[in-house]
Amino acid sequence: MTTTSAPAPSDTAPALDVEGLCVDLSTPSGTVRAVNGVSFSVRRGRTLALLGESGCGKSMTALSVVGLLDPAASVTGGAVRVRGKDTLRLSPAERRKLAGPVLSIVFQDALTALNPVQPVGRQIGEPFRIHRGLSRRQAEEKAIELMTRVGIPEPRQRAKSYPHQFSGGMRQRLLIAMAVALDPDVLIADEPTTALDVTVQAQIMRLLRDLQDERHMAVVLITHDLAVVAQRADDVVVMYAGTVVEQGAVHDVFTSPRHPYTRGLLDSVPEDAERGRPLPAVPGSPPELSAVPPGCVFQARCPLVRERCVRERPSLRSTGDGRSAACHFSEELDRA
Amino acid sequence: MTTAETSAVPVNETVPARHRPPRWWRLLGRDRAAAAGAVVLTLVALVALFGRLFIGDRAQRQDLDASLRPPSLSDGVYGLLGTDVLGRSVLARLIDAAGTTLSVAVPAVLCSLVIGSALGLWAGYHGGRRESLAMRVADVILSFPSLLIAVVVLYVFSPSALNIVLILAVARIPVYLRTSRAEAAELRSRLFVDAARTFGTPSRHIIYRHILPIALPTLLTVATLDFCFVMLTESSLSFLGIGIQPPDVSWGLMVAQGRQYLQTAWWITVLPGLAIVLTTVSATLLAAWARIATDPAQRWRLTLPRKRRGASAAVPPEMIP
Repeated sequence: MTTTSAPAPSDTAPALDVEGLCVDLSTPSGTVRAVNGVSFSVRRGRTLALLGESGCGKSMTALSVVGLLDPAASVTGGAVRVRGKDTLRLSPAERRKLAGPVLSIVFQDALTALNPVQPVGRQIGEPFRIHRGLSRRQAEEKAIELMTRVGIPEPRQRAKSYPHQFSGGMRQRLLIAMAVALDPDVLIADEPTTALDVTVQAQIMRLLRDLQDERHMAVVLITHDLAVVAQRADDVVVMYAGTVVEQGAVHDVFTSPRHPYTRGLLDSVPEDAERGRPLPAVPGSPPELSAVPPGCVFQARCPLVRERCVRERPSLRSTGDGRSAACHFSEELDRA
Repeated sequence: MTTAETSAVPVNETVPARHRPPRWWRLLGRDRAAAAGAVVLTLVALVALFGRLFIGDRAQRQDLDASLRPPSLSDGVYGLLGTDVLGRSVLARLIDAAGTTLSVAVPAVLCSLVIGSALGLWAGYHGGRRESLAMRVADVILSFPSLLIAVVVLYVFSPSALNIVLILAVARIPVYLRTSRAEAAELRSRLFVDAARTFGTPSRHIIYRHILPIALPTLLTVATLDFCFVMLTESSLSFLGIGIQPPDVSWGLMVAQGRQYLQTAWWITVLPGLAIVLTTVSATLLAAWARIATDPAQRWRLTLPRKRRGASAAVPPEMIP
């Protein structure tokens, strides 16, 4: 079934390797850096979570990886390597060859990500027509197979329906079917369950996991849901104001965070909050991207802030055992 | 919600049929105005195609004794709608003119629709330099009064039907170009276009499979309105003597020729005018229906039983679990 052109990389090499990615946004008040030196890598079969609050640059990172940045944004530095090629330096035609069989993305809002006037069977079959040159009928057969796989009941009849005739969960399944159609090495899931209710969320996450195991994909999960990260991801990258503040294996990071921001996020899970008391939260709000302070990006909200944090921006230092954090005082947190 | 619950029962009994879109003629039957429009257009098209076989040379045959006769039932079939100043049968001339009018207006509208939309979609989807280039071309065409170019070109070249079609087509291209550019520019930022790009769809496929189907109903509506404009422009050209040349006749030319007798013989002008109005109104009604019928999210409106329409819940039947 797989007729991929490039040789499949070995399991130890990362399927997706992002290095020092920088994205600039031009706004009416000047250029701001939305993503600043983000690096991470995922192997096949592993799941990496990009965690952070709204506006921290996680979606922007994902969009630059798949090459869908807005005209107002431009990648100004770094590399995105898949199968040994830097996708940022490929011609549009070469990029298109990678899009689908190597890299694909599941969007958050499934209703707008599907064409409202095309029957879903035809849409899901489209990747096959483009990359494998199948006829419309053959592609539709493939689409029905995929719809069966992602758990759409009566797929043969439903293939003729339009997106608005499906429920939210079913639409997300359709989108996932389209994304995995060509057996990608890397699947990016941009908050795939945010718009769904909790039971459907669990079903979708289970479907994603099953597909990942079956097809041996690397998954990049973009989310702000700590529970999803804890259950689902192997590694986590915590982002704040366009930079990576901490990264490492999920279990390690969540049990002993080495950055005060990660700590704050974990503390604000309302699990053991008391009735009548305010919910714990990280005070303040993230800095405006146009006015990121020269020192540590988190200084304004940090409980540990000192004079050195205002002066000097901490770099992302390896703290051993495959983890790293961008804090001058991460050892203190570790001990606490 | 009571209507919703009652309708849920029959819908669920026929599960396989529910997913098949209804046949278009059944949808047309639900909209009586559009159905009437379709009938009128079919009749006009049949008359335009085959009418001349039946009337022979009646459209040109003069009978000065029978000049300016009002419509009456006593003068046989060809006197039914009266005669013009040279005693020619208005009915025969209307039938003859239908062929000429449609053979100018339809190709002109189709040409400008196809060329204008293709350029506009391409420009709007790609944006940037290609967009500015296409828009400047549209501005240049629009900045000339179209009648003036028509007069100049038709004066220099012979005023043949082909030249009239070409001139009218070029003059109307900017309308479609601008509309389709605006549609494409809006649609290219939709998420499903991004989604198509994530699996490497080439831009021509995106334009053809994702953008055109959504822009098309709008463009067709514009085209039917433009159909009327093109017929009227053709009649003004004919009036100026550089359009359809006698002894050929078009509806517009008939209106123009009959104008001076408007006070004494209204039928010479009013009847061809009525033919133009009837044709364009029918086309517009049909376009309005087509816009709903081609939109999968709106199509259910046409499948509701007639009595319940309007009074029923604003929920498509297939959305009711």
